[in-house]
Amino acid sequence: MGFLDIDNATKSYGAVEVLHKVDISVQEGEFLVLVGPSGCGKSTLLNMIAGLEEITSGEIRIKDQVMNGVHPSNRNIAMVFQSYALYPNMTVGQNITFGLEMHGVPKPEREKAMAEVAKLLQIEQLLDRKPGQLSGGQRQRVAMGRALVRNPDVFLFDEPLSNLDAKLRVDMRTEIKKLHQNLGTTIVYVTHDQIEAMTLSSRIAVMNGGYVQQLGTPQEIYDTPANIFVATFMGSPAMNVVPAKVVVLNGRPHAEVAVHDGSMTQLPFSQDNLAAWDGREILLGIRPETITDMDGADRKSSNIAQMGNRIVVTEPAGSDTFVSMQLGGRDVIARMRSDAEVAPGQDFTFAVNMEKAVAFDPESEMRITP
Amino acid sequence: MSQASQDTAIRTGRVTRTLIYLVLLLFGLFYLLPLYVMLVNSVKPLEEITGGGMMNLPQVFTLEPWLKAWSSAQIGVDPTGLKPYFWNSIKMVVPAVIVSTILGALNGYVLTKWRFKYDTILFGLMLFACFIPFQIVLIPMARMLGLMGLAGTTWGLALVHVVYGIGFTTLYFRNYYAVFPTELIRAAQIDGAGFFQIFWRILLPSSGPIAVVSIIWQFTNIWNDFLFGASFADANSQPMTVALNNLVQSSTGVKEYNVHFAGAILAAMPTLLVYIVAGRYFVRGLMAGSVKG
Repeated sequence: MGFLDIDNATKSYGAVEVLHKVDISVQEGEFLVLVGPSGCGKSTLLNMIAGLEEITSGEIRIKDQVMNGVHPSNRNIAMVFQSYALYPNMTVGQNITFGLEMHGVPKPEREKAMAEVAKLLQIEQLLDRKPGQLSGGQRQRVAMGRALVRNPDVFLFDEPLSNLDAKLRVDMRTEIKKLHQNLGTTIVYVTHDQIEAMTLSSRIAVMNGGYVQQLGTPQEIYDTPANIFVATFMGSPAMNVVPAKVVVLNGRPHAEVAVHDGSMTQLPFSQDNLAAWDGREILLGIRPETITDMDGADRKSSNIAQMGNRIVVTEPAGSDTFVSMQLGGRDVIARMRSDAEVAPGQDFTFAVNMEKAVAFDPESEMRITP
Repeated sequence: MSQASQDTAIRTGRVTRTLIYLVLLLFGLFYLLPLYVMLVNSVKPLEEITGGGMMNLPQVFTLEPWLKAWSSAQIGVDPTGLKPYFWNSIKMVVPAVIVSTILGALNGYVLTKWRFKYDTILFGLMLFACFIPFQIVLIPMARMLGLMGLAGTTWGLALVHVVYGIGFTTLYFRNYYAVFPTELIRAAQIDGAGFFQIFWRILLPSSGPIAVVSIIWQFTNIWNDFLFGASFADANSQPMTVALNNLVQSSTGVKEYNVHFAGAILAAMPTLLVYIVAGRYFVRGLMAGSVKG
């Protein structure tokens, strides 16, 4: 029994089901991020928690109270919208206290709560301004202030950073994380940005096509993706997925992959259970950062394989150098140290950290679990 | 603003330019001519007009025709001037404009933010109200006013104009609110505001430009209306337009053209004032939502 329970929640518009039996239990103080591409149903789910959309079947409970049919204002939740949704005709102070006023909180208490929140978010000097006179970052703060002042059970964030420019987005991201650490509130946060999801969350629900593809900690999602969708959606650049064949050499399963000239190379797996797939086709998933030069290989890894291949393109990005090559007939990207000595057209010996490699069933696209 | 904006007009020679301005000036004069005639002749004694020379400036300046038109000219049977009818018009226009604008705003709010099944069809039907010719509704409306006991009253007239205006005001507000961010409504719902609280506290305060459009449109239409005024009002509740007609059309006695001119200006004054005061918002409101920002 969690703090916020989403129990078999389904949403359909007419005959079209857009959310299929979503089952998530959020603990108190947890930061849950719903992430997925546009149209995956993440915002719909958030709106259902908020009570802005009806729930077709199933149940949503907050603190063991069933919320189906309860008006949004009576759920003790607060929401930060993508557009911030600040009332343009009211000052910042009025914006922050509007919810309290609507709930019949007396004026002295409202003023006190507003002062506290303004201090916390450092927006005291803005209280008399109208939203139109604020910058994007300031509006963002006010929107959070409006949510915070009500001291709700659950905070809902609907892509709150997507309207900010890149630099401010990173700053505000840190700020939201700090706020969560200091206040220990329960947060459900929707984003399509997988980096936001990774950095902020204590758990991530990756969604696609109305299904929760995987629910887990950022580390679980990143290292052991449940399927190819999760593997390629999370991480930037995306995980390389190449067709390979399992061969057992010296009693150990290897992935046999074609390099640039069509010749085969064998990369030893760390998972012994893959021996059962001997002779069968799989899809091999390798994160870009696990393909490096020999010097840059992870020293803690117990399974570094060498692979000779030809470099096609190098892209120096300052902190890293991205190197692309042909593997298994597909373009594969490696993420190397910036000072790795690489040049296009060069035949190079790569180090592949096979401890981190994952294998997928090409038919179901699910990860082959140990 | 005008200084900052660049001159993007096609470069033309000095001669063509002079010609263009000349033509524009002529058109301007042409359009202003009636106003000039009305103004000049309303401050002349009657003999100066009947003696010919409508275009001449007054030799003797007098405000007598204005005073007469306002307070002592023969309208129908009583020599009351236009004064009581002016107040009739005000008593009809003000409530009709306010009520139809607020109802239009409420309709627009419901049609955009509280969507229901067949709402677009309902809106389409409401739009028909904008296209129904006045003449068609005369008899049914007279019957309805009779049934409601409002026949021949200013309130009845106001009601007619409210009903007739709702189509337009709903159209204005619906289109304005269609681009009003729905997230604001949702935020207010979460904050605990009810249906009318959202309307009064969030939506209406942000509706300035379109409210001005609605008010100007309704005010001019209702003030200038003659047919409904002539059909549904009795002698005591006639609006200004009908009274002006009675003043000008009276078949007995001397035709006092100077008084007629003064009366016509008096009748046109309020709409002119509304345009001058709120006109710049009119264009702004009409353009609202058509371009971002």
